[in-house]
Amino acid sequence: MERSALQALAQKDFMSRDELESIQLKRLKNIVSHAYKNQALFRSRMQEKGLDDTCIKELKDIQKLPFFKKVDLRDTYPFGLLCVPMENIIRLQASSGTTGSPIVIAYTKEDVACWQEATMRALMIAGIGSGDILQNAYGYGLFTGGMGLHYGAEGLGVTVLPISSGNTERQIKLMSDFGVTAISCTPSYFLHIIEKAKQLGYDFKKMKLRHGIFGAEPWTNEMRQRIEQESGIKAWDIYGLTEISGPGVAMDCPARTGLHMFEDLFYPEVIDPETGEALPDGTEGELVITTLNKFGMPMIRYRTRDISVIVKGTCECGRTIRRIKRIDHRNDDMLIIRGVNVFPSQIEAALLTIPGVQPHYHIIVRRHGDLDTLEVQVELSAELFGDTIRSIEVIQKKIGNAIKSIIGLAVTVTPVEP
Amino acid sequence: METVKQLSLFLENKPGNVYGICSTLGEAGVNIYTLTLADTAQFGILRMIVEDSEAAKALLEKAGYVVNIADVLAVRIDNQPGRLAQVADILNKEEINVEYVYAFANRHIFLYRVSDTEKAYSKLVSNGFCVLSSQELFNTNK
Repeated sequence: MERSALQALAQKDFMSRDELESIQLKRLKNIVSHAYKNQALFRSRMQEKGLDDTCIKELKDIQKLPFFKKVDLRDTYPFGLLCVPMENIIRLQASSGTTGSPIVIAYTKEDVACWQEATMRALMIAGIGSGDILQNAYGYGLFTGGMGLHYGAEGLGVTVLPISSGNTERQIKLMSDFGVTAISCTPSYFLHIIEKAKQLGYDFKKMKLRHGIFGAEPWTNEMRQRIEQESGIKAWDIYGLTEISGPGVAMDCPARTGLHMFEDLFYPEVIDPETGEALPDGTEGELVITTLNKFGMPMIRYRTRDISVIVKGTCECGRTIRRIKRIDHRNDDMLIIRGVNVFPSQIEAALLTIPGVQPHYHIIVRRHGDLDTLEVQVELSAELFGDTIRSIEVIQKKIGNAIKSIIGLAVTVTPVEP
Repeated sequence: METVKQLSLFLENKPGNVYGICSTLGEAGVNIYTLTLADTAQFGILRMIVEDSEAAKALLEKAGYVVNIADVLAVRIDNQPGRLAQVADILNKEEINVEYVYAFANRHIFLYRVSDTEKAYSKLVSNGFCVLSSQELFNTNK
């Protein structure tokens, strides 16, 4: 993309509120009409409320619309929410579901382009562009992190190193050898890289690394400070979720007073999680997002379960798109372990696959060094216990394998008394 | 075949666990004839011999413990060099695994948990070893 086109793209973050809101309204009407015509679930929910696709007259009419939840994606798995013919879908991505069945998101060519635009704009806020070398250490594959950042960086003319996650020693060697200037991964994985690099005798000050694009898990300001102190790079927070598109839904700016949401693409609301009532800016609640420009599987008023605040007032960086407060907790029981979504119900489902195992368990998350580890304590019944250490070890292994096959992470299984 | 019923308890590694078990049995007037504790980094197994294993099991389960009963062989082995080796040799020739073995504190009686209890019993008896019944075991201990 030419420099002038990129500048125009970056300028979208600065358009006047009037202009922005008129784009939002136009797109909202359009997406509501599209979903109403092409998706049975949305249409029936609208009809239950006595609404049709002409109900949007002004932006705040969005508050009349029904919510979507993660369970809707599970109930309609895999393609029940599709709003275009399958031949118009050019990409499928997936994330873990609550009971072993994944959540699938389908993208049209335009949806992929829209997602790319969002990640490009996110990277531009961090000042990343042509001339940079981005080591993309998010996992490639069904997880949206890898592909999302890849397309965004490539769109900007950045040199992308698609290394994916894992093999920390190689990550550090290539970072140093190639003169990598930016890295994208989970913040906890980067802390792990810092520790490993120290052990191997690397000095971050001698490397060219300047920026880290960190997301896919909630992280604190303390963690940010530590990353910056120990590596000397700037740590940027990027927000996103598979259901909405992937990374690049909202992005940190130099002012660090919240993450700017690309509001012309993703419309943010904050609601009271109990009543579903929309809350004014400045009030904490559950973040709800509507995809304004996504047609394969639009999400209208998707309840993210992330707790945040839409920050009041304009940002000192000058961007007019609104900010959300950095996410540091959620209102469900989902855990994010090394960037992987883990629901206790998945652990339960795994336990129930083993005869004799009762789904009575504790999940203990520990920060071991810089990586989160998962311990699952399982009640041992007399039936499983047998009478030897070996018999218990066999059960531990079986449980560990069953959990790993569902969540994709190795866990420590500890048998405990009931 | 004569075997002795042994109680096996699964234990987390935490202070006071063995005390809790022993005191539960002690308060109920159950005499522990012998016990042994096997441990790993995460957990332990306490094995013990009591006279009425079923009653003790019920008592311990009521107190919240995970309890199993296993058949073990109570073998009288003379206090002479080479006698334990002889037992090991008999089991070895029959390809019977010893899962674990432990002794009565002040008697020459060893408790064997093996992979094939019946075969081990008959081979030991046919080789002249005295394998005790529960009754014999508890009577000689009183």
